[in-house]
Amino acid sequence: MKEYNKLIFEISKRGRKGYSLPELEVETTPVDLLIPNNLIKTREVELPEVSENDVVRHYTRLSNRNFGLDTGFYPLGSCTMKYNPKINEAVARNPQMINLHPHQREDSVQGALEMMYDTGRYLAEISGMDEVCLQPAAGSHGEMTGLMMIKAYHEKNGDFKRKNIIVPDSAHGTNPSTAQVVGFDIIEVKSTPGGDVDIEALKEHLNENLAGLMLTNPSTLGLFESNIEEIAELIHGAGGLLYYDGANMNAIMGKARPGDMGFDVMHFNLHKTFTTPHGGGGPGAGPIGFKSRLSEYQPVPVIGKTEDRYTLDYERGDSIGKVRSFYGNYGVILRAYAYILTMGGRGLTKASETAVLNANYMMAKLKPHYPIAVDRVCKHEFILREPEHESVTTLDIAKRLLDFGYHPPTVYFPLIIKGAMMIEPTETESKETMDDFIEAMIAIKGEMETEPHVILSAPQNALIKRVDEAKAARDIVVTHAG
Amino acid sequence: MFRYLPVTDEDRKEMMDEIGIRSIDELFNDIPETLRQKEALKIGNPMSEVELNRKIDELGGKNRSNLTCFRGAGAYDHYIPAAVDHLISRSEFYTAYTPYQPEISQGTLQSIFEYQTMIARLTGMFTSNASMYDGATATAEAAMMATVDTKRKEIVVSKSVNPETRRVLDTYCRFRDINVVEVELDEGVTSAEDLKSKISDKTAGVIVQSPNFFGIIEELDDIREAITDKKTKYIVYTDLIALGILKTPGESGADIVVGDAQSFGCGLAYGGPYLGFMATTKKLIRKMPGRIVGESIDQDGKRCYVLTLQAREQHIRRYKATSNICSNHALNALGATIHMSLLGKKGLEEMATQCFHKANYAMKRIVETGKYKLKYNRPFFREFAVEGISSFDLVDEKLMDAGILGGYHLGADYSDLENTSLICVTEKRSRSEIDELAKRMGEI
Repeated sequence: MKEYNKLIFEISKRGRKGYSLPELEVETTPVDLLIPNNLIKTREVELPEVSENDVVRHYTRLSNRNFGLDTGFYPLGSCTMKYNPKINEAVARNPQMINLHPHQREDSVQGALEMMYDTGRYLAEISGMDEVCLQPAAGSHGEMTGLMMIKAYHEKNGDFKRKNIIVPDSAHGTNPSTAQVVGFDIIEVKSTPGGDVDIEALKEHLNENLAGLMLTNPSTLGLFESNIEEIAELIHGAGGLLYYDGANMNAIMGKARPGDMGFDVMHFNLHKTFTTPHGGGGPGAGPIGFKSRLSEYQPVPVIGKTEDRYTLDYERGDSIGKVRSFYGNYGVILRAYAYILTMGGRGLTKASETAVLNANYMMAKLKPHYPIAVDRVCKHEFILREPEHESVTTLDIAKRLLDFGYHPPTVYFPLIIKGAMMIEPTETESKETMDDFIEAMIAIKGEMETEPHVILSAPQNALIKRVDEAKAARDIVVTHAG
Repeated sequence: MFRYLPVTDEDRKEMMDEIGIRSIDELFNDIPETLRQKEALKIGNPMSEVELNRKIDELGGKNRSNLTCFRGAGAYDHYIPAAVDHLISRSEFYTAYTPYQPEISQGTLQSIFEYQTMIARLTGMFTSNASMYDGATATAEAAMMATVDTKRKEIVVSKSVNPETRRVLDTYCRFRDINVVEVELDEGVTSAEDLKSKISDKTAGVIVQSPNFFGIIEELDDIREAITDKKTKYIVYTDLIALGILKTPGESGADIVVGDAQSFGCGLAYGGPYLGFMATTKKLIRKMPGRIVGESIDQDGKRCYVLTLQAREQHIRRYKATSNICSNHALNALGATIHMSLLGKKGLEEMATQCFHKANYAMKRIVETGKYKLKYNRPFFREFAVEGISSFDLVDEKLMDAGILGGYHLGADYSDLENTSLICVTEKRSRSEIDELAKRMGEI
């Protein structure tokens, strides 16, 4: 294929157009007679002039410069890059479901409200939470909403001193940053070498300033936190609440529930566990689930059900308020709903079992070749350490994987494992795909001994070579000048 | 077998042998016995595609989705070229993750770079970020940016800003102990006098919307002049389609420009996902939340694109980051970029002009019925407020009976605007649809 490296602005030509509008039909008064001159634009809008075919070809070519889940294996740990079912996409385009104005009267959107109400119920069942609010737009937005509810809860109890949120050092970056934006102080506790929360370290912070703990379980090391009951007891005993980061829910559907583990509030990543696409960086959705004692603080509106009618309830005195416009990323929720119904309870359980099986299989196969961070049964993902080598690093291995046609694992996370490579195969990959990837990993290990330069200069087969990131940060060219 | 799960029974056996286990349950033995789920999930049996489609159709039948839309108030029924959905449905785009590996993500990265360029040009700013969730959260994030930059704890916001946006702003601010001061209205626009009295050397940022919630174009230059303190950030919430006619907020001295680009490619979608945007000056770029794409070169000197200035973000700065945003609305940004490309220079202007003329025509026709009066006699873009003599609910119901989604009830947010409708007219509405609206409204 011919190389293509043009910006849409560079194929613009005066006089071309890519749109059609209806006739104006109505009588007009010149704009400048109705709007004062000082408010009217002073120069032409600088958008490209391109035909429809130009646009279609341009973005099709750009798509060819992208690697998606449909292109190939994407074992990006912590991101749950599982297959995005096509029926979800079709359902989310059903005009009767999607062509609805958010300010329509309740009685004209009963189908939409029913779908959301039921999705909330299903998520509550999966998580063991009492209620679900679908509004947050992403995982970190769910974290923010959940922590706001924790803060509101303490303040309602007159506990204004409770400002500390404990976050393990293995946590996702969003955990500490969310705690900070909600106005908490962050206490980072070390993990044990085995990847669990260090209970003794935790005990040092159990006091009247404790607001809560944020935890992912399975942890970011892909391991089930087996002391979770004791942790929950300690935190609750000190008057704190537990937040569950649902990024790793894909390991435990039908097997264990955050609500049973003692968590009080959590978020789901519909774009991870529930197969909605990542879209190259969103839109996702981060609904939250919570125990009834936090119910009164949830954002408005609350989707309710009375007799046979679904309602949007705004009258909630102790609600934290609104965290976004309208009711949630409805189109994303609709896709997750389709997935849940497609799988049923049995299918979701099977999905988690298979995700865990796949991860353990890959770990077993790679163990003779790469150092495993923590050598015990993993859940849906596992971590390799950076192999000892004089020049080859984790980054180089990741880049070499591109040459083999794979998206690399998550690298350098969690921070507590040096040169971590976090591999999450998900349940939607075949044994053949996993075997091929394992072979590639073993081949790279071989190259480290025989021809490390091949790894160091990778990728060779991608459309571009490694990028000068320092230049981008130095020059700050963030728009096109032409 | 489930169709998304390719591991066969035979595979499973081989894999278990490799791991050295006899049953899948052994993989879950690390979960304490007391926590292991004993009962099956109560979610029902798996549905086939046929059954699922039937279920969705049944739900769809409970919605009224075929209405002629004259409602806006934050969600607009604009023309979306068919090519937009076609292109964002390319799965190389929609099934990709955040472009952390630039060598295989140039499609996403370049499209974000183009998006940033278009947003910057339309708003008259230095650049934008890769996107936010929606206009309301973009506004709240802009307020956070202003407070972090100025180290002040007070935000001044006009009551002509969308009430939904202000509610979200309130929530974000309350949890950071930031004081929100609201500026009164003067005949549908920000009161200049009240604004001046509320700005002080404690003000981190001033937020106004233009066209404002009532559709009226605010005097952005005058508001800029009222902000005498050099540190205070001027935050303008705008509408990108209106910028086909109006002067850019950048020319009026905005420090941060935010808004919702829902009109570009998102559709109504019952409220989301939409597309928050945020643009700013060169000076403030390091304070901006979210992803930013920059141009660079690869080892062969080829032009390429990469996520840049990541030291601002949560995955690097952790608790020191000014925002916790991670996933944003990249696919909506792609849709908007495609939509803006198709419209181009002329199309955006023509679309904006059509909205303007059709809204003015509708206003005249509705006022001519003698049952409504124009609430504010000021220049508006695509929405206008009319006060009726009969109850809003009655009008609304009659219009619904005729398959028309009429104006938005301003009385829901402003106690002095009982029975006042905010009518929105986009380029999609035909003359006969507008005439029909006026006729029906006049019959009540």
